[in-house]
Amino acid sequence: MTVPKGKLLEMLHFLLLSRRFEEALTELCQIEGKIPGMMILCTGQEAVGAGVVAALRPEDVIITNHRSHAHLLAKGADPKALMAEIYGKRTGCNKGKSGTLHLALPEIGAPCTSTVVGAGPPIAVGRAFAQQYRNEPAVTVCFTGDGASDEGSFHEALNLASLWRLPAIFVCENNLYAGAQRLEEHTRVENIADRAAGYGMPGVVVDGNDAPALYTATLDARARAAAGDGPTLIECKTYRWRGHGESDPQLYQPKEEIAAWRALCPVARLRDAMRAQGLISAEELSAMETKVNALVREAIRFAEESPYPEPLEALEDLYA
Amino acid sequence: MPQLTMGQALNQALREEMTRDDTIFIAGEGVGVSIHDNPMLPTAGLLKDFGPRRVRDTPVSEAAIAGLAVGAAEAGLKPVVEIMFNPFFTLASDMIVNHAAKLRYLSGGKSTFPLVVRIKSGAGFGAGCQHSHNLEAWAAHCPGLKVVMPATAADAKGLLKSAIRDPNPVIFFEDMMLYFAPGPVPEGEHLVPIGPADIKRPGKDVTVVTWSRMLGVAFQAAEQLATEGIEVEIVDLRTLAPLDKAAILASVRKTGRLVVLHEATRTGGFAGEVAAVVMEEAFERLKAPLRRVTGPDIPVPASPPLERFYIPDAGQVVTAVKDLVSFG
Repeated sequence: MTVPKGKLLEMLHFLLLSRRFEEALTELCQIEGKIPGMMILCTGQEAVGAGVVAALRPEDVIITNHRSHAHLLAKGADPKALMAEIYGKRTGCNKGKSGTLHLALPEIGAPCTSTVVGAGPPIAVGRAFAQQYRNEPAVTVCFTGDGASDEGSFHEALNLASLWRLPAIFVCENNLYAGAQRLEEHTRVENIADRAAGYGMPGVVVDGNDAPALYTATLDARARAAAGDGPTLIECKTYRWRGHGESDPQLYQPKEEIAAWRALCPVARLRDAMRAQGLISAEELSAMETKVNALVREAIRFAEESPYPEPLEALEDLYA
Repeated sequence: MPQLTMGQALNQALREEMTRDDTIFIAGEGVGVSIHDNPMLPTAGLLKDFGPRRVRDTPVSEAAIAGLAVGAAEAGLKPVVEIMFNPFFTLASDMIVNHAAKLRYLSGGKSTFPLVVRIKSGAGFGAGCQHSHNLEAWAAHCPGLKVVMPATAADAKGLLKSAIRDPNPVIFFEDMMLYFAPGPVPEGEHLVPIGPADIKRPGKDVTVVTWSRMLGVAFQAAEQLATEGIEVEIVDLRTLAPLDKAAILASVRKTGRLVVLHEATRTGGFAGEVAAVVMEEAFERLKAPLRRVTGPDIPVPASPPLERFYIPDAGQVVTAVKDLVSFG
């Protein structure tokens, strides 16, 4: 199918924004004391967030994981609120309680980033159940990595979602590595999508660096979910350019492998295709890049100028 | 006042709340069609009366059951899910410990999780340690959860109704041996607040702090001790989190002596927390050291004489109380 130009422009914007946002994080976390805690990035995998979320509606819900930045930005997260939270500032989207790993934005339909691998799918089951229970015309998308498909909770959740024909889409971002383990070191299945047969749901393999292809596959899955026909497992074949986290020296990832996948950059791929097809002019592209750079610069300025929470604020927000 | 068993009282609470509020649904293994088909069980008859939309039998998938509750609660529904036996709490524990308890805090107070996890608890039916294991101290150790463990049919009804209306995750432990124990239960809108303990028996000499099924053991001991002129005050905590420190301290300040009684094993058990509260805040009022009467540090054994050995009895409570009285 032909992807509308507006959608392509939207995807390109979020690809550029996610890339720039994380390039900035890579630089910032080299500076001692600037950003607390771990830094886990999705650089090289941005097409999954941009492509999948472009197929969703505002009322749809996403449940994400530790590699969440592209998903959240594409869903409409304010870069300032995200950056301030990553800095641990009071003005962050979660007042400094979550940090980069647990970003929660219920106001945009992204209520949960869980860093417990495999924990997203059961929660997505609950979120999709609520949509079904109330007859809402909305779906829930759950992003996991390939490692999550080895967790028992993943199997329980996909089985139940399929059994109850819940309006859910399980998006498995197969970036070839679960921690330091390459895919063939953690599972015998060639495709994570092959597991879908075991739950009685369709499994689809998509080029995870092809944002328009991901958009199209998600549209199909969304239509199926919204029609009451149940969930789909979409496997996105992609690659983790950086380590598990920024402190990971990546000794187990062959340099040639990283280089080969860098050549398949999802940002350049859509940008160059749109330029070649005349869907965006050099001037328009430059304007988009300028805008994205400004958004990230502004987010950093906002985070740096924001105050830290007072220590006693640690005691707030536990109980309703 | 009508006499109901605790199982019937819980059933009444579920029925009343489900009738009042369509956002409440129940889910779990056998909450509709059950291998334990018994009219005394809390979910008996609910499928027939409320239908399969609101009474959801699930696969044997505790993580998915608890995740269902977490996700649906965040969306504004009020899930009441059941874990068939307390040891299976471990299978649901990531969803309860890392998600139900933490996600509101992680959201900076934006999200709420109004869910109830009913857990069938306790020893005494010979099934052994993978069906009997009292883990309430684990739950109480997780900030973000409320932990309720009723001892009477009336409290069970009133506390379950309050738990369902609470905007926070509530872990509701039901002792299975109490399902068949009758007691007076108020009809209709009977709410027992989550938090306050209840003085089930006033007395001036020794405080016994307990909860759930051990309340009956405390009463047996108190009656025997009364014939010997020792008046025991029984404090039924009802709720472990939040803990009613004021009620414990008020009683201990009056009697000067404390026994904490629970069925769960001793080391790391919740009696240690009660003892620490008293030592920190009422040490100067103690006339004697405190005593714990608990299950021994073993898994619950299956054979009847072994299981009877495991479960604390009135004789142990009587001995502990007399120790304290004779101390001075």
